[in-house]
Formats: sequence, structure tokens, C-alpha cells
Amino acid sequence: MPDRSDVIYQYDGSFDGLLCCVFESYDKKEIPADVLAPGQHQAMLFAVKNIVTDEQRAGRVLASIPTKMGGLALDFVRHAFLTCLPQKEIYILLFLRLGYQHGPCVMNMLADDVVSTLFKAVTHLKRESHLLKGFVRFSVVNNALTAEIEPKNCVLPLLMDHFCDRYPEESFLIHDKTHGMALIYQPHRHAIIPIDALQLPEPDEEELAFRQLWRLFYDTIAIEGRYNPKCRMSHMPKRYWKYMTEFGQPQELIPKLGDQVKRLSFNIL
Amino acid sequence: MDVFDKLGILADAAKYDVACTSSGVDRNTTAGGMGNAVAAGICHSFAADGRCISLLKVLMTNACVYDCQYCVNRRSNDTPRATFTPRELADLTIGFYRRNYIEGLFLSSGVLKNPDYTTEQLIEVLRLLREEYRFSGYIHVKAIPGADSGLLARLGLLADRMSVNIELPSENSLLLLAPDKSKQSIFAPMGYIKDRIHENTTDIVKYQHAPKFAPAGQSTQMIIGATPDTDFKILNLTESLYKRYSLKRVFFSAYMPVAKSSLLPALDTKPPLLREHRLYQADWLLRFYGFRASELLDEEHQNFNPFVDPKCNWAINHMELFPMDVNRVSYDDLLRVPGIGVTSAKRILTARRTGSLGFDGLKKLGVVLKRAQYFITCSGKARPGLNTTRSIVLQSLMSPKELGMYRIEAQPAQLSIFEQPLLTQEDLSLCLTGPM
Repeated sequence: MPDRSDVIYQYDGSFDGLLCCVFESYDKKEIPADVLAPGQHQAMLFAVKNIVTDEQRAGRVLASIPTKMGGLALDFVRHAFLTCLPQKEIYILLFLRLGYQHGPCVMNMLADDVVSTLFKAVTHLKRESHLLKGFVRFSVVNNALTAEIEPKNCVLPLLMDHFCDRYPEESFLIHDKTHGMALIYQPHRHAIIPIDALQLPEPDEEELAFRQLWRLFYDTIAIEGRYNPKCRMSHMPKRYWKYMTEFGQPQELIPKLGDQVKRLSFNIL
Repeated sequence: MDVFDKLGILADAAKYDVACTSSGVDRNTTAGGMGNAVAAGICHSFAADGRCISLLKVLMTNACVYDCQYCVNRRSNDTPRATFTPRELADLTIGFYRRNYIEGLFLSSGVLKNPDYTTEQLIEVLRLLREEYRFSGYIHVKAIPGADSGLLARLGLLADRMSVNIELPSENSLLLLAPDKSKQSIFAPMGYIKDRIHENTTDIVKYQHAPKFAPAGQSTQMIIGATPDTDFKILNLTESLYKRYSLKRVFFSAYMPVAKSSLLPALDTKPPLLREHRLYQADWLLRFYGFRASELLDEEHQNFNPFVDPKCNWAINHMELFPMDVNRVSYDDLLRVPGIGVTSAKRILTARRTGSLGFDGLKKLGVVLKRAQYFITCSGKARPGLNTTRSIVLQSLMSPKELGMYRIEAQPAQLSIFEQPLLTQEDLSLCLTGPM
């Protein structure tokens, strides 16, 4: 394996673009010091090489991964690309180089620095997406479900199958505010699209009634004698609370609405 | 009374039920319906007491004809009563599920009129959900002891998991505190459910589309600390429940004083949370680590050591088996090492195929070296500079909290910031066996 050279790659931020960096690295027999996404600035004063995304080159690298190191490794790399690991690009490049060298057993080299760093990042991604399967809160307005999240990792692709399978007859939208993307679903069609700002509709009375019922349930179900805020926090870190109904703003609970809410009958379905 | 008031009363009455898991079954949505189930289970929130909220946990009614001493819903207790109509409860479940508040429904009930009538009400809720709303989410339902087996059969075909609460760990305790229930009335439905699940798995082999009976299995729970039953007794009972009734889970709930009775601990008694925690640790050892109850406790040591967890306690008492070489020993042996859990043991197995592991490598795999270092070698070598003085070993095996507790309870004379407490031989044996 060649030594780390003092060149830095700059790519367009796409998965294909990153694969082209891998191609370049083999083509020029060099290992870049770092791989930068657009908008990232280098901390070192190395020469920056702009890598142009070329579909054909990307396709060749993509096809080689499952044959050289197995389909699991390809899934793993795709997941790694969605993580919030700093410098994930260079780690992915180094991982693929290891994979071309060692074959499928690269997935077993858990004690290797590169492999273990990526494994930790992917575990973080999967854990966060699993938590969000539970913590996402929909508001139902005009018969459409909308939710907002602020995850650290890019979790929408991992949430897609779960929610599409769960609500096949509904229309829903999950807005990832961190990455400026949204998962949109209408019966039997789905898409993940870039989205900048989104104004969610105001909740109606029925929605407010359900929120209030949920808060009542949430507050009632805890046993006072076992109060344990530390345990709650370790299972459900505070950064998720912002969009969870049970910790909603008190101004939603307008007192005059209280009586109407209580009388509201459940004839929505 | 409206739904808001009912939910307040019936969630409050249900909160002492422990199980809130939604695990054990994978299912996709039915056509035109809503909901799926994920085998790993999903937690939707965590309450202020740190317990997971996965299911809408409510009682159908808290009006109960029984008078169990330990229960908030006992007949003689002066408390507001409420009853959901099946339609109200089904609508509430769907409204919550649609907003992703919950994974499904956990339905229990006080005994209204008689066990059969109560069970019919439960069946009606489940029927509405499954048939009218085509709901495929998770449903956990309590079997009411004493109900007709034909009704239990219908209930089981609609639910994912069923449970019968064993309530108290011995027949004597049951006789004393729950005079309306008997060992027979609890174990009969448990046995029936077990047989149906077993029958059903053979049916499915024969007919692919045979309806599934409680596909996520059955569980139970018992109250800890309301009666003088020892950990030894409880753990043996737990083990036999797993073996004889093929239960998926046994839950423990530390007794919260809810009633003043000469038969029960005083109202100001603190719930035995640490004891409950130790029992859960031991329960994990039974289910995932290949331990037997008789290895953890015996006639002479009837209760768990409060200072050290059951696995560490076992390891210190079996030093003749250690150190083990992580590059050689089997998976089952790895699981016996303190600081190595199921995940890290599997990772060790994977990683050592590509080369031998050193202590640095183990750290990357997530092994807790602070504990494990005293019990392992890597390719024949111990960790350099390892201090194996028994007192040091013991301290490393305790969490900071346990160590703090130990210093206060076992060594009041040595509460100094500057002095490391020295453990004498007596302290050590006290620590290893625990106060009786």
C-alpha cells in the first residue's frame, strides 16, 4: 500500500463522487491525506485536487465492491456514508482499500483502527434510527401526518421502509431539519427530497385533544416512588425532547379549550 | 365521565404492571390496514421513572370484585372507578398509534362481575382493533385467572402476547395476601396458553396460514419484597417457569406500599429497587449467559450480594476457572468473564478469525477491561502491570455507586477522602456473601 501522500481530494459530496475518489486513489497509486466535501475547508496546507464525478468510473468501483469483499461490505459502506463521523470520506476510502487487499474478511477485522472507527459510526447511525422509530411524533392535520426531527446522522433512508410499512394508507412527511431533507409518502409511493424550510399547518382541535390525552397518559404512567430522571435521560437523551409531544409547550394547553377537548368525541376514523 | 377522565384513572391503575415490551414478533401490515410489529421491540418514550413506554398500558376497568391486599384496585379500597367501552378504547389506541405515540396496546383489567364477562370485554376491544380497523400493531393482553378456556383461546388468537400474573412467589404468600386467587387458578391458564402455543407451532408447519396463537409468547410478573420469600426461592421459581411453561419473560416489580395492612410492609417502606435490579441481572444470566439458578445462589446463600453483581460474585468464587485466554476459549466460556457481554463475546469470535487479539483490540471491541482484565489473558499473557491484590480486584468490580454504598455500610470507620479503604479478610467474605 502506498504511503499517505500530501494531496487532498475535493469531491462533490455524492456517494458516486466518493467512489471516484477511490478510483483516483488507485489510478494514481496515492492515498490522499483527506477527502473534503464541498464547503469543507482543509486545515493543512496541502495541494487540493478536485475529483470530477464520472458515472462510468463510479460504476466500476461500485460493481467491484460486492465481488471483491461481499455484499455486506457494500451495505456497510453505504451506511457509513450516512453517518455524522467527521472525515467519514477518508475512513471509507481506507476501508475500501483494506477490503480490496483482504477480501470479505475485512468485515471481521474489528480490532483494526479504520474498521472499528467506521463500525462505531455505523452503530451510532443504526442506534439513532432505531430510537427515532419510537421518538418521531406525527401531528395529524387535514388527514395528513407530519413530523419534524433533528438527528445527528442522516437517518431518513433507514426510517423509510419502517414507516412506509406502518402507515400504508396514510399520507405522511418526516422533515429532517439537520440535513434539509424530507421523506414524503402517499399511498404506495415514497421519495426523499431536499427541502429548505417548511411551515407546518396549525394543529386543529382534535389534534390538540390527542396531544393532551397523550400528555395525561405520559404523566400518569410514571410511578412517583421510582422517580429516576438520570435513567430516563440515558435512554432518551434530551436532544430528542424538542419535538416530542409529551414535552410540548404549555401554551398549547389553552385553558378555554380544556372543556371542549374533554367533550370531544372520537369519531375521526 | 369522558375519555379524558377515564384515561387518567385507568392508566394510573395500570401503572404497577411492569411489562411494557413490544418484542417477539415480526409482522407486516394487512392490506388496507395500519400497523406492523418489529421483533426487537420499539420504545416510544421513557417515563419520569426511567421505564420504557412502548404500549398504551391501561385497564379495561378498575372496578374489581377481588380484594387482594397488595393491589390498589382491591374492592375494599376507596378509589374512583371507571370502565372503558370497547369502542372508546379502540379509538384511543388508533388515535395514539397513528401519531406514533405507541407501538400498540397493553390491556389488563380488574375483574368486572366475573372472569368470563371481563374476558368477553377484552375480546371485544381486540376484535374491533383487528377486524374493523385492520390493526396489525402489537397487542399484549392479560389472561384473567379463572376465565373459561374457550374464551382464552379466542383472546390468544387476537393478541401477540399473553400474560398471567403470578403475583407472589409462593403459595403461602398468595394465600395470605390474595385470598381470591390460588396457585391453581394462575397456573391453569398459564399451562393452557403454553399448550396452545405449542399446538399452534405444529399447525403452522401443516397449514401455512393457520391463525397464530399469541405469537410473541407469554410472560408473567411477581412482586418482590411484599413477602419474606428469598432471592433463592424467586430465582428457582423463575428458572422453572422458563423451563416448564416456556415463558418469554419473567418480570419483577419492587413492592410499592399502596395499602395499609398488618400483613404487608409499612407504608413508609422504600421499594427494594436494588434487589429488583439484582434479580433482573440474574434473570439475564439465566436467559442469555447459560447460567443455572443453582450456580448463582444456594441454600446457604439465599440472597444476592448487594455490593457486587451476580456474575462478578460467581466469578470471584470460581477463580480456579480463570484466567481464560480470549484467543482460545469457547463462546460459552467467554460469557462467564465479567466485563464481557453477549455483544462483545460475539465480536471477539468474529475478530479473532482474522488475527489474535491483544488488550488494545479488546478495548475497541467494547470489552470492559476494568473488570475483565483480572480474568483473561491474551495469547498467554496477562495485562502488563496488573495488580491482583484481592482488595483492588474487588474495588474494580464494583461500580462507583456500589463502592460508595460499600464504604458507608461495611466500613463506617474509613470514610476518608485520602485513604484508600483496605479490605480485610472478614470484609471480603462479608462482601462475597452479603448480609443475610
